[in-house]
Amino acid sequence: MSANVKQKRTLLEWVRGYTGQKYITTVLFLLIPIVLLTLFTLIPAVNMVIFSFQERDQLGVNPKWIGLDNYVTLFTDPTYLSTFKNCIYYFFGSFIQLALALLIATILCSKIKFGNLFKGILFFPYMMNGVAVSLIFRRFFQKGDGITNSEGTLNTILALFGLDPVKWLSTPGLVNVCLVFASIWRYIGFDIIMFIGAIQSISPDVYEAADLDGANGWQRFWYIVFPSIRSIVALQLVLAIKGAASVFEIPYIITGGRNDTSTFVIKTIDTAFVYKKVGLGSAMAIVLLLIILIITGIQKLCFRERK
Amino acid sequence: MAENKHYFDLKDYTFKETPKSVRILFQVLKYAFLVVCCLVVIIPLIIVLFGSLKTHDEYIQSNVFALPAVPQFSNYVTAFNQGNVLRGLFNTMIILVISCFGTIITGTMTAFVVQRFNMMFTKVVKAIFLIVALLPSISMQVTVFQIVNKLGLYDNMAAPIIMYIGTDIIAIQIFIQFLDNISVSLDESAILDGCSYPRVYWSIILPMLRPAIATVLVIKFVGIYNDFYTAQLYMPSPKNAVVSTALYTFVGPYGAKWEIIFAGIIICIIPTLVIFLALQKSIYSNLVSGSVKE
Repeated sequence: MSANVKQKRTLLEWVRGYTGQKYITTVLFLLIPIVLLTLFTLIPAVNMVIFSFQERDQLGVNPKWIGLDNYVTLFTDPTYLSTFKNCIYYFFGSFIQLALALLIATILCSKIKFGNLFKGILFFPYMMNGVAVSLIFRRFFQKGDGITNSEGTLNTILALFGLDPVKWLSTPGLVNVCLVFASIWRYIGFDIIMFIGAIQSISPDVYEAADLDGANGWQRFWYIVFPSIRSIVALQLVLAIKGAASVFEIPYIITGGRNDTSTFVIKTIDTAFVYKKVGLGSAMAIVLLLIILIITGIQKLCFRERK
Repeated sequence: MAENKHYFDLKDYTFKETPKSVRILFQVLKYAFLVVCCLVVIIPLIIVLFGSLKTHDEYIQSNVFALPAVPQFSNYVTAFNQGNVLRGLFNTMIILVISCFGTIITGTMTAFVVQRFNMMFTKVVKAIFLIVALLPSISMQVTVFQIVNKLGLYDNMAAPIIMYIGTDIIAIQIFIQFLDNISVSLDESAILDGCSYPRVYWSIILPMLRPAIATVLVIKFVGIYNDFYTAQLYMPSPKNAVVSTALYTFVGPYGAKWEIIFAGIIICIIPTLVIFLALQKSIYSNLVSGSVKE
C-alpha cells in the first residue's frame, strides 16, 4: 500500500519535474505535426516507391507487380523523357531572368528617383494569382481571328510598327519562348527583391574604403558587390534549376501542354490523373525526385567547399 | 546617413574624367531602361483593365489599346454572379485563415520542441523535416491523392487546409532558424521563476517569434492565394471553388467572352493589390528573410 503511494508520488513528481515535462511537452507538441507529416508526406513517399514497381489505377484495384517495367517504359518511350527538353527553355530563361534582375537591382540601389515606384511595379506580378497571370498572357499572345477576337496585345504592338501578326502560341518553338517570357514576367520581381536585399546588406564602410583607394564603379561592382551577393546568386541559380525541372502552372494553364509545350510535371500529372496510370506516374515522380536530390547534393557540396 | 542608402551609382561606372554629357546619357539610359521594364509589366495589365470595361461587340471590334467608349461594369456583375468568383474569394479566405492559424501554432510548437530540447528523438524529427522539404510537392500528389481519398477528404475544403498545415516544412525551418538566434538564457530564467515548458513556449517563445510569424504569414498568403493545383485536384465541385479554380473555370463557358474573364481577373487581383500596397515594405523584408533561410 505504502509502496504504491510512494510510486504514484514519484510518477507525479516525474511529471512535474523538468525531465518529465520535457518528454510530455515533446509528445504533445509534436503529435499533430508528426501525424500530418506521416499521412501526407512519409506514407505517400513510401507508396511512391512501391507504386513505381506496380501497374495500378487511381483506386488501386488489383495492383500488379511488374518490376522495373515502368522505368523501362520511361527511359525507352520517348514521349516521357522528351518533355525534359522543354525544361531547357526555362533553364535558359532563368539565366536571363537572373541577369536582368541583377541589372535592375543594381540600378534600383543607385541614386534614383521613384525607386520605390519602379520596385513596386516590377515586384507586383510575383504576388499575382498564377491563373490570372496565365490568362493575361493568353490574351497577350493571342492571334485575332476577327470573329470572336481582335488581335492580342503583342500583335497590336507589332502592328504599330507595321509588322504582320504572328501566331505566337501555335508556332512550335516560339510558343515555349512565349511561355518562358510569361514565367520571367511573373517571377523576376522576387529575384530583384532578393538582390536588392543582398546589395543593401553590404556595409557602407566597405564602399568608403574602396572610394579612398580610388576604385571606379565597375571595380566596385566586381570586387565588392558581386562577391558579397555571390552566395545569393548561387542560391537563386539552384532554385532556378529546380524550378526549371518542375515547371507546371504556366504551361498547364496557357496551353494545357499542347503544341509541344508539355513539361515533365504536366506529363506526370496527366499520366497519373488523366490516363490513370498511377504506377507509371509514381515512377516519373521518383525520377524527378532523384534529379532534385542530385542538384541539392551538388549545391550542398559547392557551398560547403566555399565555407 | 541618408547618403548611405545609395550604395553605388551607375554613373560611377564611367571613369571619373568622363565628360558630363556621357554621364547624363547614362542617367537617361538608366531611367529609360526602368521605364521600359515597367511598361512590360503594366501593358498586359492595362489591356485587361480596358477590356473588362468594354461590351462584347466593342471588345471584338476595337483595338486592345482603345479606351472603352462608355465604361461598362456589367462584366463585373456577370463575373461575380455567374462566375463563382464571390464564392471563390470566400472559400479562399476561410482556407487562408484556418491554415495560417494552424501553421503558426503547429509550426512554432514543432520548432520550439525540436530546437530547444536536445534529445535523440527531436534530432531525428528535425532531420526528417529537413529531408522532406526536398520532395517536389506537385509530383507528390500522385500518391497523396490516394491518402486524401482514403481519408474521405476528397472534394472537401478540409483537404487543402490540412495539407497546407501539414506539409509546410518551410515555415518550420524559418521558425527553427529564428529560434537559433534567441538566447536560451531567457527560457532558463523563466524556468527558474517556476514556469513550465508549455508556459515558456506560450509566454516567451511565441511573442519572440513575432517577426518570423510575419514572414510565414506573407509567404503563406502568397502561396495559398495563388495556389491552383491543390484546389484543382482535390476540390473539383463548384461549391468548393477557390479564387484560382473559379477563375480557371471561366475559360470553359466564357471561352470566347474575354471581357468577362478580364473582369474576373481584375476582381482576383484587387485583394492582392490592396494587401501589397498596405504592407509593401514588410512584404519585401519578409520575403528576403524568409528565403535566405531556406
